[in-house]
Amino acid sequence: MTRKQKRLAIISGGVAVIGAAVLLVLFALQDQIVYFHSPTDIVEKQIGPDTRIRLGGLVAEKSVVRGTGTKVEFVVTDTANEVAITYTGILPDLFREGQGVIVEGAFEPGNPVFVADSVLAKHDENYMPKEVAESLKAQGVWQGEEK
Amino acid sequence: MIVELGHYALIMALATALLQSVLPIIGARTRDAGLMGVAPAAAIASFVLILFAFVALTVSYVTSDFSVKNVWENSHSMMPMIYKFSGVWGNHEGSMMLWLLILVFFSALVAFFGGNLPATLKSNVLAVQAWITSAFLTFVLLTSNPFQRLSPAPLEGRDLNPILQDIGLAIHPPMLYLGYVGFSICFSFAVAALIDGRIDAAWARWVRPWTLAAWTALTAGIAMGSYWAYYELGWGGWWFWDPVENASFMPWLAGTALLHSALVMEKREALKIWTILLAIMTFSLSLLGTFLVRSGVLTSVHAFATDPTRGIFILCILVAFIGGAFTLFALRAQTLSPGGLFAPISREGALVLNNLFLTTATATVLVGTLYPLVLEAITGAKISVGPPFFNLTFGPLMIPLLLAVPFGPLLAWKRGDLWAVTQRLYMAAGAALLVSLAVIYFATGAPVMAGLGIGLGVWLIAGSLTDIAMRSGVGKVALPIMWRRFKGLPRSAFGGALAHMGLGVSVIGIVAVTAFATENVVTMKPGETTVGGPFTLQFEGLKPNTGPNYTELQGRFIILRDGQPVSHLTAAKRVFTARQMPTTEAGIYTNGANQLYVALGDELPGGGVVVRVWWKPWVTFIWFGAIFMSLGGIVSLFDRRLRIGAPAKSRAPAVAVGQET
Repeated sequence: MTRKQKRLAIISGGVAVIGAAVLLVLFALQDQIVYFHSPTDIVEKQIGPDTRIRLGGLVAEKSVVRGTGTKVEFVVTDTANEVAITYTGILPDLFREGQGVIVEGAFEPGNPVFVADSVLAKHDENYMPKEVAESLKAQGVWQGEEK
Repeated sequence: MIVELGHYALIMALATALLQSVLPIIGARTRDAGLMGVAPAAAIASFVLILFAFVALTVSYVTSDFSVKNVWENSHSMMPMIYKFSGVWGNHEGSMMLWLLILVFFSALVAFFGGNLPATLKSNVLAVQAWITSAFLTFVLLTSNPFQRLSPAPLEGRDLNPILQDIGLAIHPPMLYLGYVGFSICFSFAVAALIDGRIDAAWARWVRPWTLAAWTALTAGIAMGSYWAYYELGWGGWWFWDPVENASFMPWLAGTALLHSALVMEKREALKIWTILLAIMTFSLSLLGTFLVRSGVLTSVHAFATDPTRGIFILCILVAFIGGAFTLFALRAQTLSPGGLFAPISREGALVLNNLFLTTATATVLVGTLYPLVLEAITGAKISVGPPFFNLTFGPLMIPLLLAVPFGPLLAWKRGDLWAVTQRLYMAAGAALLVSLAVIYFATGAPVMAGLGIGLGVWLIAGSLTDIAMRSGVGKVALPIMWRRFKGLPRSAFGGALAHMGLGVSVIGIVAVTAFATENVVTMKPGETTVGGPFTLQFEGLKPNTGPNYTELQGRFIILRDGQPVSHLTAAKRVFTARQMPTTEAGIYTNGANQLYVALGDELPGGGVVVRVWWKPWVTFIWFGAIFMSLGGIVSLFDRRLRIGAPAKSRAPAVAVGQET
């Protein structure tokens, strides 16, 4: 191989790998990302069933109902609107009524209840999920420090 | 008093660092030995000053001096001593101090051990280190002063975040920072070489041990963090593709690439420009990680309390260093002469392939980490990019890389024979194939992919063993000669093989736990049983217990196998008194490489409790593999070539720009 051919081989190999990576990334960004919505967005935007989303807000006071088994029902609110949630599993340590929470999952067809498969609460007493804080600010009910 | 002295020492350190930023560069320009001599003295002085400040802060933690705001916010008089100590870096201000301490520690090492470096290179390297030190010292002094006092002093502290009250905090951040910040040396060497306008194989020989040391620490730090998150958070996962995990993983990927490209540069003088670029990129990614964690743009376990001024400050540092380095690179790179030639099929070619895949993979992780931030800034839409994205992008890029790993060390430099290497690897390939088939055949319900994945891990392990065997001449020479050859192999050969083997071990762990882990969430009353893998778990009941600064409810379980008790296990829900914050303490029973993992959920009326039980086969392989990789790094570090370090002075001096062929 001449020097030129060697260089060509290395460069074309590089382009092939990078091209493949770009395609993978574009494909994954189309299908594998999850949008965040507040309860108000849900009402306004009409999210279809089976679309995976993240939903964030406050756990409504006195809304948590524990079933007999591992099923839990609660309501997520941004004070303007609210969405009922069901979840099966263990809730995070800092999950409490009146606190910020993010749930991930989807609506089932023909059912207004959101079926969550993961529930994220904060990791620290002083900390509110950023998305939740912002959507609460948008609703004008933010009570934390203004930062 | 010591607190004020600590603050004063930080200010003095800034003054020293500023001198060290300027004078040695001028000295190197004008060949003024006096000015160049400032660099090592100042580097050691900075280290002593920052060490003093760090000790001052540690003393106020250990003595629970709540008149210091930082101590009040993050400590408690009832906390066990180990957490009082490690709590120093369990918060933003204190961890910045640790960051700085490690930074100047590395500068001091260069000053101390850099006796055989050319004087101008050493001066420039230390000056660039001092730029970084000055920038971060200014940041600490202006926005994150850990020595701020409170008056009147509160009687009791607010306690350390309970999640951090673990031995993990004593190990994970120091190791991680040794890695992260250790790459600053590679960055400084790269920038110094660009300032000097010359670079040669000797440069690579100086840079490689630093890269190795940083990489070894970072590998161990990430693995330790992964295991800590696994047992502490009670989620049962070992990697979440959380943006902050990615922030540490990207420098690791780039650093791994750097480790390999520096090898080419050292041995063959090729890939010079690329190596310089990688050195800059690796530390830039470390800085990016620092920015992501501390600016509050992310929500994560690791994110410190948000403060926009800090974010903007670090962003400025980030832009100045990355922008500056890349500008310098653009101006100077073409003056660096390209190095040796090689055929695409050769050891160099294999290492180029390694670099290509690793940097591309780094880029995909970078896209996945930053895309949500960029999208939100542009369109306002909030998204999360989670494991599915990374599995789909990072995963496919790793498979060809892992397949290629065993070929690399067996290929000859300059021009290799792929067919000959393939023939040598037939045993490894056979072993991998056999294991794949066995897994698919014997493991009921095993996906074919799992079999192939485990085969891939075996391929890596067998490939590394083949490398060592071939080098010792197994099957070609008599046993005594083989043994002599084996003993005579350079340590770096063993280090490399060990690291590649560790990679294989991790791959097996990852594949096995992904494919074969089982999980069940049940409610249990005392006496009831549930199944976890081959074991049966019998719930004994809940029992309250009191620790030094918490109260807990312990769930006790007996582990049965074939009806016979083999062990027992305790999982707990803790409430830390000061913060009234609950945490989950998982109960883990290790059986061979497998683990039975139990987390407690909510207590139910009527004496029951929600229990989450995972059976995680071979899960410990994930971290053992990482330990092997680190050990490989350490073994390589003790290679004679690196221990003796720089080339002997009698060798021809480095060739200046443009004079090389």
